Amino acid sequence: MTLFPGMFHEAWIAMGANRLRTTLTMLGMIIGVASVVLMVSVVQGAQSTVQESINSLGNNTLVILSGSAMMTGGVRTDTGSAPTLTMADAEAIGELSGIAAYAPIHMGMAQLVYGSLNWNGRIFGATPGYLDVRFWPLVAGENFTESDLRSATRVALIGQTTAENLFAGEDPVGKTLRIGQAPFQILGVLDRKGQSFDGNDQDDVLIVPLTTAQRQIFGTPFQGSVRAILVRIERAELMPQIQTAIVDLLRQRHRLREGQENDFSLRDLAAIAQFATETTRTLSMLLGAIASVSLIVGGIGIMNIMLVSVTERTREIGIRLAIGARKIDVLTQFLMEAILISIAGCVIGLTLGIGGSILLHLSVEIPIVISGSSVIVAFFVAAATGIFFGFYPARKAARLDPIEALRYQ
Amino acid sequence: MLGGDGKIIARDTPVIAIRNLYKDYPTPAGAFPALKGISLTVYPGEFVAVMGPSGSGKSTFMNILGCLDHPTYGDYELNGKLVSSLDEEATARLRRRTLGFVFQGFNLLPRMTLEDNVALPLVYSGVPRERRLAKARRLLEKVGLARYAKSLPSRISGGQQQRVAIARALINRPKLILADEPTGNLDSRTSEKIMALFTKLNRRKGITIVLVTHETDIALHARRQVRFLDGVIVQDAPTRKEEGTQP
Ligand SMILES: Nc1ncnc2c1ncn2[C@@H]1O[C@H](COP(=O)(O)OP(=O)(O)OP(=O)(O)O)[C@@H](O)[C@H]1O
Ligand SMILES: [Mg+2]
Repeated sequence: MTLFPGMFHEAWIAMGANRLRTTLTMLGMIIGVASVVLMVSVVQGAQSTVQESINSLGNNTLVILSGSAMMTGGVRTDTGSAPTLTMADAEAIGELSGIAAYAPIHMGMAQLVYGSLNWNGRIFGATPGYLDVRFWPLVAGENFTESDLRSATRVALIGQTTAENLFAGEDPVGKTLRIGQAPFQILGVLDRKGQSFDGNDQDDVLIVPLTTAQRQIFGTPFQGSVRAILVRIERAELMPQIQTAIVDLLRQRHRLREGQENDFSLRDLAAIAQFATETTRTLSMLLGAIASVSLIVGGIGIMNIMLVSVTERTREIGIRLAIGARKIDVLTQFLMEAILISIAGCVIGLTLGIGGSILLHLSVEIPIVISGSSVIVAFFVAAATGIFFGFYPARKAARLDPIEALRYQ
Repeated sequence: MLGGDGKIIARDTPVIAIRNLYKDYPTPAGAFPALKGISLTVYPGEFVAVMGPSGSGKSTFMNILGCLDHPTYGDYELNGKLVSSLDEEATARLRRRTLGFVFQGFNLLPRMTLEDNVALPLVYSGVPRERRLAKARRLLEKVGLARYAKSLPSRISGGQQQRVAIARALINRPKLILADEPTGNLDSRTSEKIMALFTKLNRRKGITIVLVTHETDIALHARRQVRFLDGVIVQDAPTRKEEGTQP
C-alpha cells in the first residue's frame, strides 16, 4: 500500500512551509520550461512560415529576374533600373522543353483609391497564366483573358489584404477602383496566400494584365519589357539542365559576349525553400539542445535544494520513522515534493513561455506556433526531471537511521 | 510472575519479553558493549521506571524496545511477536499500532499545527485527513490543549508540548508507551503534571508504560523500578511506598 494522498498532502505542507525557498528552487525549472516553450514556438513559427511559402510558391518554380544579381541586390526587384527582360524572352523560354508553364510579370507600387479609402499597394502586371503558375485560385469572380491582355483593358484581380483595406467587407467583384485617374474594374478576388520567405504579405496585391501595367500604370520606357519571368518546370530533376538552357538562351538573345555579366538572374525557389527548411530544422535542434540543458540545470537545482532540505529535516525524518512511517513513505514524500516543485515550476514556466511567445508575436510580429504537443511534452519532461533528480535525495532521506536522525540537532 | 501491583498475571502474554540481550556498538577502538545480557519481562498494565547512571545503556535499551534498533544478540518478543523475524513493513506497523513514543525533546514537527502533529501517525495508517484531525482534536481535548489545535508548537510551553507529544503517542491506541526521559527538559512542577497524565493512562486505560528517568521522584510514579548499571540490570523491584516519603 502506498499512501499517495497522505504523502501528497505532507509534501504540499512542506512546500508551503518554506515558500521563498520553494520558489527559488522552482526558478531553474521555470526558466528552463519557459525557454523551451518560447524557442519551440518561435522555431515552429518560422518553420510553418517556410512551409507556407513553399506551399504558396508551388514546387519546381524558377524565377528569372531582370537585371544582374548585383543590381537587383536581393529581393528588391520592384524598384531600380529599366527592365532587361522582354515578353519575347518569356515566349522564347516557353518554347524550351520541360517547361510546364511560364508567366512574365511586371511589378511596382501604386496608390489605389476606392471611394474615400486609399491604399498604397503592390501591383502585378501578369498574363492570365500567372495564377496557374502560382497555383493561386480565385475565391470569387473570374480571371482576365488573353483578349484583355491584347487590348490592355483596365481590369484587375484583387488580393485579400488589398481588398480588406479598400473594400472593408464589401464584395469587390464588379466594383471599380482608381489607380491615379484611371478606373479599373475588379474581375475576381484571389485566395489568401500568406507571407512569402522575405516576409512580404503576398495578399497585398492587385493583378492587372501585363500590357495594362506596362502602358498605363508604370509607363515602361521599353515597350514589352518585363521585370520578372516565373517558370514552372515539369519535373524537379529537370531543374539544373533547364537553368542552364535558360541562361544560354537569354545570353544569346541579349547578345552577351563571353566574360560579360548576365543582365538577369535566376532563382530556384524550391532550392531556397529547401535550404530554409533545413536551416530552421538545424536551428530548432540547436535551440532544443540548449533548452534541454537549461531543463537539466533546473533539475540539478531541485536536487541540490532537496539534498539540503533532507539534511535540514533529518530530525523530522527520524520522528516520522519512529512514529511508524516506512522507508517507502519517506521516499514517496520527498519524491512527491520534488515532482510537485518541478510540475509547479513547469506550469509557471509554460505560462511565462506562452505569454512571452504571444508578447513577442504582438510586439515584433514574429510568427509563432504554440503546439499542444510541446506543452504536453514539457509537462512530462518536468515531471520526469523531478522524479530523476528527486530520487537521490529522497532515497537518502529514506535510508536515514531513525536513531541517528532523532539525535540530529 | 509478579506484576507491578503484586497480582499474579502470568496468564497474559507479556508485552515485552526479553531474554539475554546484548548490544555492541562498533567503535574505532573495537566493539563497545552497551548492553550485556539483559533479561526483562513486562506484563500488560505495568508501569516500569528504568533508572541508572548516564551511559548505563538505558537509551540503547529503549531504542531496541521501540524497534528502532536491533540487538546484537538475544531475543525480543513484543506483544508475542519475535521482532527479529519481522520485515520493515511489519516493524513499521508495530511502531504505529502497538507502540507510542514520548521523547525528552518532545519532537513535534515545528512547521505543523498541533492537530496535524497529533494526527501524524494516522497519515501512515492511511486514515483520511478529516477523520485524522477529528481524532487528533479529541485527544488534544483530553490533554487539555484543545484551544491550541491550530497553533504551531513554538507557541506553547515545554510542558504543553510534551502533553501534545503524549496525545500523538496515544492516537493509535497503543499497548505500550515508551518514554525516554520525558520530563528531562521540564521543571519539577510541570514534570508532576506529565507524570500524573502517565499515571492516569496506566491506571484508567491499562496502557503499559516503560519510562526512563534520572529522578527518584519521577520514578515513584511507576509501580516497578529497573536499575541499569554498565549494560546490565542490577535491580528490578516494585516501588515501595516509603521511598516516596524520603526527602
Ligand atoms: N551509536 C553509538 N555508537 C557508539 N557508542 C554508543 C552509541 N550510542 C551509545 N553509545 C554508548 O553506549 C553507552 C550507552 O549509551 P546510552 O545512550 O544507552 O546511555 P544512557 O543510559 O541512555 O545515558 P543517559 O542517561 O546519558 O541518556 C554509552 O557509553 C554510549 O557512549
Ligand atoms: Mg539516554
